Amino acid sequence: MEDNYLTMDLLRFTTAGSVDDGKSTLIGRLLYDSKSIFEDQMEAIEKASKQKGEENVNLALLTDGLRAEREQGITIDVAYRYFATPKRKFIIADTPGHIEYTRNMVTGASTANLAIILVDARNGIVEQTRRHSFIASLLGIDHIVYCVNKMDLVNYSQQTFSSIKEELKTFSSKLRTKDISFIPISALKGDNVVNRGKNMEWYEGSTLLHTLENIHIASDRNLIDCRFPVQYVIRPQNDKFHDYRGYAGRIEGGVFKKGDQVMVLPSGFSSKIKSIDTFNGEIEEAYSPMSVALTLEDDIDISRGDMIVRKNNSPSPEQNIDVMLCWLSTTPLQPGGKYAIKHTSKDARCMIKNILYKVDINTLHRIEEDKKIEANDIARVSLRITQPLFIDSYSSNKATGSIIIIDEATNNTVGAGMII
Amino acid sequence: MKNYNLSHLEELESESIYVIREVAAQFERPVLLFSGGKDSIVCYHLARKAFYPSSVPFPLMHVDTGHNFDELYQFRDQLMKDTNGRLIIASVQNSIDKGKVVEEKGINASRNKLQTTTLLDAIEENKFDCAMGGARRDEEKARAKERFFSHRDDFGQWDPKNQRPELWNIFNGKKHFGEHFRVFPISNWTEMDVWQYIKKENIAIPTLYLSHNRDCFERDGVIMAKTDFVQTK
Repeated sequence: MEDNYLTMDLLRFTTAGSVDDGKSTLIGRLLYDSKSIFEDQMEAIEKASKQKGEENVNLALLTDGLRAEREQGITIDVAYRYFATPKRKFIIADTPGHIEYTRNMVTGASTANLAIILVDARNGIVEQTRRHSFIASLLGIDHIVYCVNKMDLVNYSQQTFSSIKEELKTFSSKLRTKDISFIPISALKGDNVVNRGKNMEWYEGSTLLHTLENIHIASDRNLIDCRFPVQYVIRPQNDKFHDYRGYAGRIEGGVFKKGDQVMVLPSGFSSKIKSIDTFNGEIEEAYSPMSVALTLEDDIDISRGDMIVRKNNSPSPEQNIDVMLCWLSTTPLQPGGKYAIKHTSKDARCMIKNILYKVDINTLHRIEEDKKIEANDIARVSLRITQPLFIDSYSSNKATGSIIIIDEATNNTVGAGMII
Repeated sequence: MKNYNLSHLEELESESIYVIREVAAQFERPVLLFSGGKDSIVCYHLARKAFYPSSVPFPLMHVDTGHNFDELYQFRDQLMKDTNGRLIIASVQNSIDKGKVVEEKGINASRNKLQTTTLLDAIEENKFDCAMGGARRDEEKARAKERFFSHRDDFGQWDPKNQRPELWNIFNGKKHFGEHFRVFPISNWTEMDVWQYIKKENIAIPTLYLSHNRDCFERDGVIMAKTDFVQTK
């Protein structure tokens, strides 16, 4: 086995499109043309396609196979799929296009580096295109790739692509996402997905797979503001490590180095990093998103929910926060209601103090008359927390800028908030 | 300038360690299911990494059909000895002896289905509130939507309507009395990732995985090994 797998990196992306935009076919095409399908899987779908009397092998069957029984009634149904090329491993968060769309896409987008938004070349921008774009932007996705699909049905017309592209450009200039690309494709025929094909020689840009393989994601992480939420305290009860106290967690921002001056929140005590420990030995520095254990020079009382930061760069302690809240539950949000809240490794309770406005996700307009928040709604909401949380804005740090809200009667996760 | 990138295996490893630490922090009595297969061996390796230099703060549990290769038992016991692992054995044979399940009959008889009862009984007896396992989403299409934290009701059942949304990496392990969770730390790994990681970390696996000579026979197109537990026609 060659050793290039040691230097491959990981890209997580989400796919969005309306019901008949060809999303499943596109994913099937990516998996098939990148040779990620086992022979027996391929034989099975060839057989199934023939049985249905279809002319081509239906690549959508690679992901659509089990729509029936087991999947029915799953309220959030984001399906995760995997493939790899010699350059990168890819995780696809595949969200369904139907009506329950918002909460599914929000879930899928929350961990994605990139969003593929499908546009039907015959229809151009539709309501869903705006909605998908807005959600991708709201969730802080750094890269959007618009795939103008079904180019085969518009005779691979350059003019059609250009006018859709111009329209998308005008519209997307309002989004927070700055890296946006446009690719004319036919998922059905394979043009510009993995291989270029011969039908659109006028197109000089990259294929979709080439874009996915080469898009620069390393600088999307925040390597400036050091944030280390403590997950767990490691205290070995043995002679060799008798006085050892290691603070285990994942670095959610910045670079921590041995010898750094740090501050512990909420106590405010200062200390120095004595060591950064891993199973494979001590390391000199650690950065996001590494999971490590820190030890400090001084004996300070630190527990789960605390945060270790750099001395002159700390998140602000806030008991009143404003969030853009996506409501996930079929039970509407209770104004004035009390809920459990999770922020990094910290648990607290909160009260819904005020609903400022609801967002019309098709137009981005604020709705101030109707403040009833139901499943799939997105609203700006003020919360009062029982104790201060150490927060950053979501736009500067996704980990320290996000919360989930839990119904205390059912223990269900009912809301997802991005701190403003 | 220094390159602050992680490889895909490093990123997956970090994610899994994060999940395992969440389990130790959020649950009172977690357990790691251990079959001696490569996925559970990788999970145990990750658990050891997560709490180093401490020992793993939860036991392992082998739901043992009693129908395993001898090599596997030797491997399992040696690994526990070398790493100071605490192993609980939940025996399918015991469930049969107690009359809780009935052995299948015929030449294709298997104890695979019987394991569920043994597992649920063992979870209840030991009062475990979370059972971690090495299942992966890429194993089959039906698993593609499974959560990292999968909720089970007080009958140990998976209710599709009651699965919680999982956003970012905030995991909600809150539960009512009697309910428990299944947690899958290597959800995002593929078969290939597991093998690459075993190679990279030089993790010991049972030699059964490696090519060797063995007496086999064919049934319905499947090549099977001859063992004491497979009836030949």
